[in-house]
Amino acid sequence: MTQYTYGTALREGFRHLLANHKDVFAIGQGLWSPWYVGSSMKDLDKEFGKDRVIDTPVSEAATTGLAAGSGLCNYRPIVIHPRMDFMVLAADPMVNQAAKWSHMLGGQAHPAVTIRGIINRGGQQGAQHSQALHSWYAHIPGLKVVMPATVADARDLLIASTLCDDPVLFIDDRWLYDQTDELPDSKDVSLHDIKPQVLREGSEITLVGAGHATLLNLKAAEMLKQGGLDAEVIDLRVINPLEYDTVVESVKKTGRLLVTDGSWETCGLAGEIIAGATERVPLNHFKCNPVRMSLPHAPAPTSGPLEEVYYYNEEDIVQRVHDMMNGRVKAKGPSSFEMTL
Amino acid sequence: MFTETLELGKLADPAEFREKLNIAGEDPTLLKEELRMMTLIRKAEEKIGDMINEGQIQCPCHLTIGQEAIAAGVARHLRKTDRAFGTHRSHGHYLAPGNSVHGLFAEILGKATGCSKGMGGSMHLYGGESGFVGSVPIVAGTVSMAVGGGLAAKMDNKQENGKNSWDVGVTYFGDGAAEEGSVHESLNFASVFKIPVLFVCENNLFSSHLHINYRQSNDLVSRFAMAHNVNYRVVDGNDVVAVAKATKELLDVARAGEGPGFLEVVTYRWRGHVGPREDIDVGLKRGEELQHWKLRDPIKRLFEALEAEGHMSEKDFAALNEDVATEVNKAWEQAEKDPYPETSQLLTAVYATPKGGH
Repeated sequence: MTQYTYGTALREGFRHLLANHKDVFAIGQGLWSPWYVGSSMKDLDKEFGKDRVIDTPVSEAATTGLAAGSGLCNYRPIVIHPRMDFMVLAADPMVNQAAKWSHMLGGQAHPAVTIRGIINRGGQQGAQHSQALHSWYAHIPGLKVVMPATVADARDLLIASTLCDDPVLFIDDRWLYDQTDELPDSKDVSLHDIKPQVLREGSEITLVGAGHATLLNLKAAEMLKQGGLDAEVIDLRVINPLEYDTVVESVKKTGRLLVTDGSWETCGLAGEIIAGATERVPLNHFKCNPVRMSLPHAPAPTSGPLEEVYYYNEEDIVQRVHDMMNGRVKAKGPSSFEMTL
Repeated sequence: MFTETLELGKLADPAEFREKLNIAGEDPTLLKEELRMMTLIRKAEEKIGDMINEGQIQCPCHLTIGQEAIAAGVARHLRKTDRAFGTHRSHGHYLAPGNSVHGLFAEILGKATGCSKGMGGSMHLYGGESGFVGSVPIVAGTVSMAVGGGLAAKMDNKQENGKNSWDVGVTYFGDGAAEEGSVHESLNFASVFKIPVLFVCENNLFSSHLHINYRQSNDLVSRFAMAHNVNYRVVDGNDVVAVAKATKELLDVARAGEGPGFLEVVTYRWRGHVGPREDIDVGLKRGEELQHWKLRDPIKRLFEALEAEGHMSEKDFAALNEDVATEVNKAWEQAEKDPYPETSQLLTAVYATPKGGH
């Protein structure tokens, strides 16, 4: 067993892939710099050469497009976007190209490309340096979307995504990097085997999230435990295609569902999980209305006090759980702009 | 020779380049094969045009009639292990490396026997075995992907007699695509990393209805290759010999690992942006120009050269045309009879992995 942080576990995933799979290469902005991707790719260029760990011009669209092209020609590139906001410039190669080629060419061409988009927020960085756009991309058939929350998944989902023949968007979050854990030696992992997992068992309420939301849910569950409340925490891991069985089984047991999401509410992941669960769980199992927690319907602010209000924390989740347990959750009004701060 | 002014000059003048091709030193057998291929592309597309008019084809088709020499000339120097990417107007790019006309027709009809199993239609063609990786209609969408095909080939590092003999990426695109940002990103990347890729810019002077003079400051698209230090050639795209010669010069450099090439081939499409109409009432200039451009016919000029050198007679050419027409008609009849895909294919082709599961 070896001690890792989330960040060094990511690096171990890259190391495993580059050492064991000749068809893997990494490409993106900042890969030869210590600034962009922190501990997650440190010195990989020195270990595996600058031909396989490629730093690029400031060209998100072409870099992602050429990785999709290489992925059609027997390679398994990983494109790195150190901030997901800039990845928006690469929407065409992801949404129109990589996601579509298999279907529109009759299942004969599969771009085996992994796109790593990093959520990097807080620190008063503001609207264009803070976005979590996973729900956008999870909308697209053909593009798999994974969000590792744990140290083990940081490594293993990167390996699974890269070895998958389909295009995969792999989203990690800088707010997860300081977690630590002990992991066994790395090995090849298949994305087929990755399903939502119960990270903490409980009987009174189900907390569902992905990525950083899962970390908040775990912290909240620990606080709830102190108060004698038993919360089950489910980490989604893969948000496209979505698999509902784990959530459904849990909600049947607990009768209460709270979904937390690190992004906006409208057409978002939290709403999707609640919709999927209510379609599958008989209504008489629900002890109260399902609830979602997401960001206010506004871009991220820069001013410190506003930013503090903008991002909810584990204490806010605990409060919302208590509201649900005590029947204090009221029906919402008609406007989606109505926000709770 | 056209570089000083950054303009196409007489290459864009339909009164020029009407004479028979110069085929001195060329292999007549090869030229006859290319004449047949160009005729096949034209007759296949004429058939498609007729079938649209008859209401047999519903899916949008962008015809390349008038531009056949480009696909044929470039394909002369491509390997099956190269990686060519096409556009919305790629019937010719698909057929030239030897893909079947039946596969094209069946695809356009949405049949299971189509080259993309009936999932693509005219704008999404697959010919992987021939080196034609695929075509898609997002303008400039495949330019960077072909650079990726070239990067993969660079990593493959194919050698012959101790020297680089790299496979190449090829991207076909139009003058309109050159107005998209990712083309410039792609040229820059390919240049900096010495990617073996051939950028084939089919400059037919029009993007949809709009003439290049209304879209760009100069009509010579190669000025963008100059800006990125990419080797370039500008030739008459209706001259298969000139296209093939320039292709070879650029590919020799790319295969040796010395950098990408940019081939600007000046041409004109005889039909409208989409569908079988000539669209002479659409856009500016086209009405007066088209009749002149038809005199710069790439097929006629090649035949006249072969005839003048004694390699082919009028009778031979008539027989070739009849033979191709028979092939085209047979392919169409078969495609019409073929079955549609199973409805289950709607979901099974989304992911490489079965059922979209994990």
